[in-house]
Formats: sequence, C-alpha cells, structure tokens
Amino acid sequence: MAEFLQFLFSGITVGAIYALVGLGFSIIYNASHVINFAQGEFVMLGGMGTVSLMLAGLPMYVAIPLAVCLVVAVGLLLEKFAVEPARNAGVITLIIITIGASILIRGVVEVVLGKDYHRLPPFTGETPIIIGGAVLQPQGLWVIGALVVVVAVLRWFFEHTRLGKAILATSYNPLAAQLVGIDVRTILLVSFGLSAALGALAGILTAPITLTKYDVGIMLGLKGFAAAILGGLGSSYGAVAGGLALGIIEAMSAGYISSAYKDAVAFVIILGVLFFMPSGLFGTKRTERV
Amino acid sequence: MQRQGDSLRRGFATKDIGAARATHVARGAAWLRTARHGGILALIAVLLILPVFLPNNFYYDVAIKTALNAIVCIGLNLLIGYAGQISLGHAGFFALGAYASAILTSHYKWPGLLAMLAGALGVALLAFLVARPILRLRGHYLAMATLGLGIIVSIVINREIPWTGGPDGMSVPALRIWDWRLTGPVTWYWISAGALVLAVWVSLNLVESPVGRALRALHGSEIAAETAGIETSRYKVLVFVVSAVFASIAGSLFAHAERFVTPVEAGFLRSIEFVTMVVLGGMASTFGALVGASILTVLPQVLTAFDEYKHVVLGAIMIGVMIFMPRGLVPTLMSLWRRRAS
Amino acid sequence: MIIVSRRHALGLLAAGALLACTGAAQAQQPIKIGSFLSITGGASFLGDPEAKTLRLYADRVNKSGGVLGRKVEVVIYDSAGDAKQAVTFARRLIEEDKVDIIVGGSTTGETMAVVPLAEEAEIPFISLAGANVIVEPVKKWVFKMPHSDRMAVEKSYEDMKKRGLTNVAIIGGSGGFDQSCRKEGHALAGKYGIKVVADETYAPTDSDMSPQLTKIKNTSGVQAIFGCGFGAPTSITARNWKQLGMTNIPFYFNHGVASQQFIDGAGGGAEGIRIPVPALLVAEQLPAGDPQREVSLAYIKAFKEAYNLPPSGFGGHAYDGFHIAIDAIKRANSTDKAKVRDAIEKTSKFIGADGIYTMTPQDHMGLSLDSFKMVEVKNNTWKLIE
Repeated sequence: MAEFLQFLFSGITVGAIYALVGLGFSIIYNASHVINFAQGEFVMLGGMGTVSLMLAGLPMYVAIPLAVCLVVAVGLLLEKFAVEPARNAGVITLIIITIGASILIRGVVEVVLGKDYHRLPPFTGETPIIIGGAVLQPQGLWVIGALVVVVAVLRWFFEHTRLGKAILATSYNPLAAQLVGIDVRTILLVSFGLSAALGALAGILTAPITLTKYDVGIMLGLKGFAAAILGGLGSSYGAVAGGLALGIIEAMSAGYISSAYKDAVAFVIILGVLFFMPSGLFGTKRTERV
Repeated sequence: MQRQGDSLRRGFATKDIGAARATHVARGAAWLRTARHGGILALIAVLLILPVFLPNNFYYDVAIKTALNAIVCIGLNLLIGYAGQISLGHAGFFALGAYASAILTSHYKWPGLLAMLAGALGVALLAFLVARPILRLRGHYLAMATLGLGIIVSIVINREIPWTGGPDGMSVPALRIWDWRLTGPVTWYWISAGALVLAVWVSLNLVESPVGRALRALHGSEIAAETAGIETSRYKVLVFVVSAVFASIAGSLFAHAERFVTPVEAGFLRSIEFVTMVVLGGMASTFGALVGASILTVLPQVLTAFDEYKHVVLGAIMIGVMIFMPRGLVPTLMSLWRRRAS
Repeated sequence: MIIVSRRHALGLLAAGALLACTGAAQAQQPIKIGSFLSITGGASFLGDPEAKTLRLYADRVNKSGGVLGRKVEVVIYDSAGDAKQAVTFARRLIEEDKVDIIVGGSTTGETMAVVPLAEEAEIPFISLAGANVIVEPVKKWVFKMPHSDRMAVEKSYEDMKKRGLTNVAIIGGSGGFDQSCRKEGHALAGKYGIKVVADETYAPTDSDMSPQLTKIKNTSGVQAIFGCGFGAPTSITARNWKQLGMTNIPFYFNHGVASQQFIDGAGGGAEGIRIPVPALLVAEQLPAGDPQREVSLAYIKAFKEAYNLPPSGFGGHAYDGFHIAIDAIKRANSTDKAKVRDAIEKTSKFIGADGIYTMTPQDHMGLSLDSFKMVEVKNNTWKLIE
C-alpha cells in the first residue's frame, strides 16, 4: 500500500506540473486556436529567470515576481511580433512560427545564461512529509496547492470578470465577439500574457523539484501539450485532468510495468484514448460548418 | 489527342508552314513548362552538373543528406500539402527503414536491397494499421497522435539494445549489389540523386493523376469531397502509407550511405525538422519540398559562422520566413514571378 | 661570367621570392586541431566544458609562443549529440578545414560514427567519450582520453567489496553513457562477488525518480545502490534518495557526476554518496608528492580565471586530449599525421589533469584503475577517501 501511495504522490506532483503547462496551452488555444509550441519556454524562463536574478543578488521574494513580469513581457512580445503578423496564415504555418520562437528563446538563454543546470531552494524546506508510509515533498504540496488556487482564480476570472468573459466569447466565436465590440487583438495579447504568467509560475514552483536548465522547456512543453490534448482542447478543466492523468500514468507505469518503457506506455495510452474519444477526455466536440 | 490532331489539321489547312512550325514549338515549350517534364529535366540537369561545384567529400556528404531529406519531405508534402493532414512523427518511419536495413544486413546477413524492401513493406504495413484510427483525428489531435507514434518508435529503438545497439547506435555494412560494394561519398551521391529523381517523378505523377485530384478535393473541403462521392478515408490512408514508404526507403539508403545509425534519427526533433522543411519550402509543391530540404540541410553548416548565436539566428529565420512567406518559399516566389510576367 | 638576361633574372627573382614566401608561409601556417563536441543538446554537460577548455588552452599556448614556432588554431563545431551531424562536421574538419588532428567526440555514438572516417582518412583521432568499444578492439588511428565505464564500475565494486556490500541495485538513465555503465555493472558483478538485485531506468527528462527508488527500497536484501548517468537527473536521483529516507543504503555513482553541478543540484542530497573521480576534482587534497597535484591545480585555477566556473572531469579530458596532441606533435617534430599518430602511441607517463597516461599499441586509452580516486561527498564538496 505504501508503495502504491508513493507512486501516486509522485504522479500527482509531476502531474500538477504538466497540468499547469497544459493550462497555458489551453488558454492560448481557446483565444486563438493557435497551439503555442513555445509554451514550454515560458516555464523554462520562469525558473531560469528567477535563478539568474537570485544569482545577481536579489532575494527570492523579489526575484520571483520580477521574473514573472519578465516572462509576461516575453509572451506579449511573442504575440505582437511573431503571432499577430501571421494571424491569417494556416495552422501549420503558425506551428512553425511558434517552434521557431521556442528555438529563438532557447538560443538567447543559452548564450546569456549558459548551459548549466541550476537549483532553486524549496520554499518551505526539504523535510519530507510522511503519509501512510509514503513520502511527499513539501514543494510538491506547493505545486498542487498552486494548481488548485490557479484553477479557482481562473474560474472566477472567466465567469465573473468582463475581461474573462470577453476571452471566453472570443473563443466561442471570434466574429460574433468582434461584432459586440470586443477587440480580438487585445484579447489575443492578454491570453498570451496570461499563459506566459502561468508558465512562469509553473517553472518557478517546479524548479526546486526538477532543476532548471536552458532546455527543460522542450520536454515540459511536449508533456503539457499531451496533457492539453488528452484532456481535450478547449477545456481548461480538461487540461488539468489531462496533466494529472498523464503524471499518474507515468508514475504507475514506472512503478508497476517497466521503468524503461514508462514514456512509451503513457503515449500508447494517450493514443488509445484519442482513438476512442477523438476530442480528448473533456474536449468540446468540433463541428465543421460547410 | 483530339486537340493535337485539330491543331495539326489547322496548321496544314492554312497551308502556312511557318504557322505549323510555330504551333509545334509552342506545344514543345508547353510540354517543357509542365512541372512533370520540364521540372524533372531541370532537376536532372542540376544533379548532373552539381559535382563540378563539389570540391571535396564534405560537400558530397551534405549533398547526399540533402537528397535523402528531400525524399522524406517529398513524401511528407503529399500528406501535408496535398491531403492537408499533418504528421509530427515521420522521423519514426525514416528510422524504422534505417534500422530494418541495419539489423537485417548486419545481424542476419540479408542482401541490402532485400532488406530495404522488407523495411519498406514493414513500414507500409505499420502505417496502414495505424492510419485508419489516426486519420480519424483532426488538426492538433492528429498532430499529437503522430507525435506519440514517433516517440514510441524512438523509445523502442533506444531500449532494445541487443537488436539496435541502443543509444550508442550501430554500424551498418556497405550495400552490396551483386558483386559491387557500394561505398564512398561520390558513389552515394549518384545513388541518392537517382533516388531523388525517382521520388520526384512518382510524386509529380501521383499529384496529376486521379488520386492527386481526389487529394486536392479532400484538402479543399473534406465534406464537399465526400459529398461528391470521394472515399476520403481511403485516400488519406493511401497517402499516409505512401509518405511513410518514402521515408522508410530514404532511411534505408541513409543507413548504407552513412554506415552508422543512432536512435536520434527517430526523435521528434527530427520529425519537426522534416515538417519545417516542407512548410518552409512550400506546401503542395514537390519542388517546394526539395527546396525546403536543401535550405534546412545546408543551413546548419552556414550557421556555424554564428558560433553560439546559431540558434538565435535559426529561430529568427524560421519566424521571419513564415511571416513574410506564409505559403512557403517556392509558391511565394512563383506567384511573384507570375505577377511580374503578367 | 654568366650572363643572365633581364627577363630570366626577373623570373629567377620572382621564383626565389615565391619559394621564400611559401617556405615562410609553411612555417606560419597554424597547427590546426579539429573538434566536434556536444556543446548544446542532451550532452552539453560534457561538450560545453570541453569546448571552453580547448579554446582556453589554444589561447594560452599561443601566448607562450605556440608549438614548433607555429600558432595553434582550434576549429570547433557543435554536433549537439547527433551522430549524423558529427559525421558531416568530421568530414568538414578533415576535407575542408584540413585539420592535422581531431580531438573531440563528446559521446560514444558520435565517436563511433566518425571512427571509420578517421581510419579511412588516416588522421589521428583522440576521442573524449567514455565507452570501451571505442578502443576495444584497438583501432590504428583512434585514441581515447576518459576513464572507461568499466573502470568506474570496477573501482566502485572494489570499494563495495571492502565494505562487505554484496546485493546491489542499479539505477540509471536511458542514454548511451548510462546503458553502457549498466552493462558493465551486470558483467563485472560476479568478479567482485556482487549480485545485482534490481535494475531501474528513468528517462533523461524525468523530474522525479521516487518510483524507481521506491522499488529499489522495497527489494529485499538490497545493500547498496549503484547509479549510472550524468547531468540533471543524477542530482534529482540523489535528492530523492535522501527524501525517501534511503540514506542507510550506501549509494555509489559513476564518474558521470564528477562535477560540482551534481552536488549543488542535489541540494544536500549528495551527502555521503561515493564516486570514483579523476584526481582533478580533489587536487587540493592530494598529498604534496602526488605528480598529478600540480597539473590539476593549475587547470582549476586557469579555468576559474577564464570562466569563473568550477572545473568538471569532462573539461579535464579535453585538457588531456589537447596537451597529449601538442606533446605528440612536439615529439614527432612535425604535423605529419602518421608521425604524430606514432608519437601519441608512444605517450608514456604523461601527467594530465584527469590521469597519468601510458599508451601502447594495444592500449589506446592509457589509464589504469589507480588514476581514479574514490571520494565521498562531505559538506557539499569532495573528500578523498583512499
């Protein structure tokens, strides 16, 4: 039982990381139907940014908000100069642009901050918490807690604020949204900024666990994308569910099946889900107008 | 046929030999201008003359890799550009072809061509089996499914060390055809060039055949195509399998040309490289895929001049080209030319 | 009296001048050392310090007069851990840049892909990668600097045997370095009376090894853990080991973690872990008479001055490769590839930063087990044990 709990805790912690990244994908997709393959780099920038600000002498409680602001700025720049000019191009063109952006961002960090890996100190220490014979890292609780808070705040934001409702409206029908006076371009900008902030937060929260390096964004972006797809694009709850599911599947596969093949098992399961539920677990069914 | 006869009769009817000659010339020029004939002849001419500009084996090496990448891209272009689907896992098929050749010739001493054929058939079967369920997905879900497939292939190759040599790779015997041992950059330049011409020819013929027309209808609007009676799923599966086989054969050739394969060839970064080549060069354009492959294979060599800034420059180039030429290089340049000509 | 027409005189003068110029140009032509390294990508942990070291020492050698009166030029390409790129860059180095010798190849896969090219082009190739297969069977033109994975396993198993630990669990990543170490871990177990009771793998991008470590913890009779790998996952593994309360099970790691980043990244989790490392990392603790002490300390100082970073064992391999190459060129008194190759093979008791090398026609690695020092991590730094 303790073993099962250990795998479960491990899976939930990692899954929460994937969920936060997946949420970032989901928000941008909702506003623009663009998959931002540079989402993983926002996560990396959050962690690496905080590390370098702290190395420059700033205390952690200053470095963190500053890093988040910097990443938001990067997100806004990305939208303004890379995505907006190509807004009317096809899906694949935009994919290539965001991939190009992720290469660019990684390239800049590689030169400016170097290729070493770094560690952020955990927020509340390292003493593990023992529950039922299994060990939970305190930082893991921070990540899960942050996920819960983020989901709650986002829900309030989308359902009870004008800006949030405007973003939702744009995702349902951009044309109609424009007709009622919503500036779709600003909405797009805001959603990139929001996703960047989420990504940065994910990066900062998880850097004490995962260590941060100039190229952590690649794999995290991929897993976050998988999480968003598994949960169903267009549903924020889906991204969260997808992320947690993916993390748990990975941990259980490593524990019970084969640690060597755990990633393969996870992807086989994702493929299986997609074959039976082509819109993911909670995805909105797409209707095509002819 | 009928039209040819008409114009001929018209030529003689006017009893104007000059007019007849002019019609012949015009027809000849029109024949040349079609991609199928003129384009391939131009390609063959370029490939024949190119070695003059290749001073040493390094350049031949880059040329070979360009040709093989181009073969994969031409197949991928049929899927992305004409059928309007996407695959972020095509490197998996390339690697399967490469490793099939490597394993069968190295461990089981099969003749090289037979191993290549076996690899292609195996990949075709795999592609056929996964095509139907995968191609039912749309857009980003399809992207994820193909990505997942590629990653699974990459993990399997990485782990099955007794067969594949694992992450450190395995060496591949030279390709033997009858008594000849085909080895060396110059030999492989000609082999790759020949394979490239063949790939272009197949692709162009496919595009202008009824299958190609069905594909374009499918790409335009899948629902409209179905309404017109085209079995879209059958054609999508066909193109997926064909593009997978292109990749597999290119992979087998790569294994024998390079004499060494590693699991990196199956990685998703490679798959993304291939997609980038197709999109950059121009979707729905066979020669676009060729141009895209050429540029992105040569680019890393050029980028060494930028030393540690190479990724910054590469990212900037990708963003810039896609913003200013969203349809890709070749279609944009061709429409610029046509606009200037008119 | 020889009457030389003006035209002939001019011709002779021109020819003479040209000859003198080429002669001088020959002397001025730099000695080119070519290198392809994994500066970016998954193995940047290896390639980045290697590239920095090569550049640093090419610079220093030139400042102190060069080699054989000529400047040394290092041409470095980034193959990013990709064998396909490595082959293209190796061809570029050999055919286009026309280098005299290659010191490079951070990973085994890249090295093995390039070996046939080096043999065919008959150019000396000093590899900086770890696996035995590079020099076993020995290849005429290929040499290797780093300790092999086999030696790391042997040194660790030796220490375990001394402490009476026989049931060992192996944990490692899926990379080449990891797999090759794991293979040796299984193959050499019997020789030291060791039984491998568990074998767990993680992916290079994993952020939590608790599942794998938990399985090891629950394996009955496990007495020690042997870790294979390099880079960030090793720090995470160490930290998880501590968090899961497994510090009562002695943990050994292979030399892939021979870098301060490992300790820093583990945030206290590395305390008590034992590792066989090149003498470089414990240079200050070497006794005064130890021949390696001076060279290693000098390297540490130079590297820190130039880059403000602590040294890593991998940079040390590049230091050794570079200096053995230069030494061989000096001994051969030319850059003729065959002569240099012979000179490398005759390298004897060469004191490098990472070990003392003696090559023979059968041994193109030149290191023995005692060039590894067993250390334990104490107070976030290396403490020499033996």
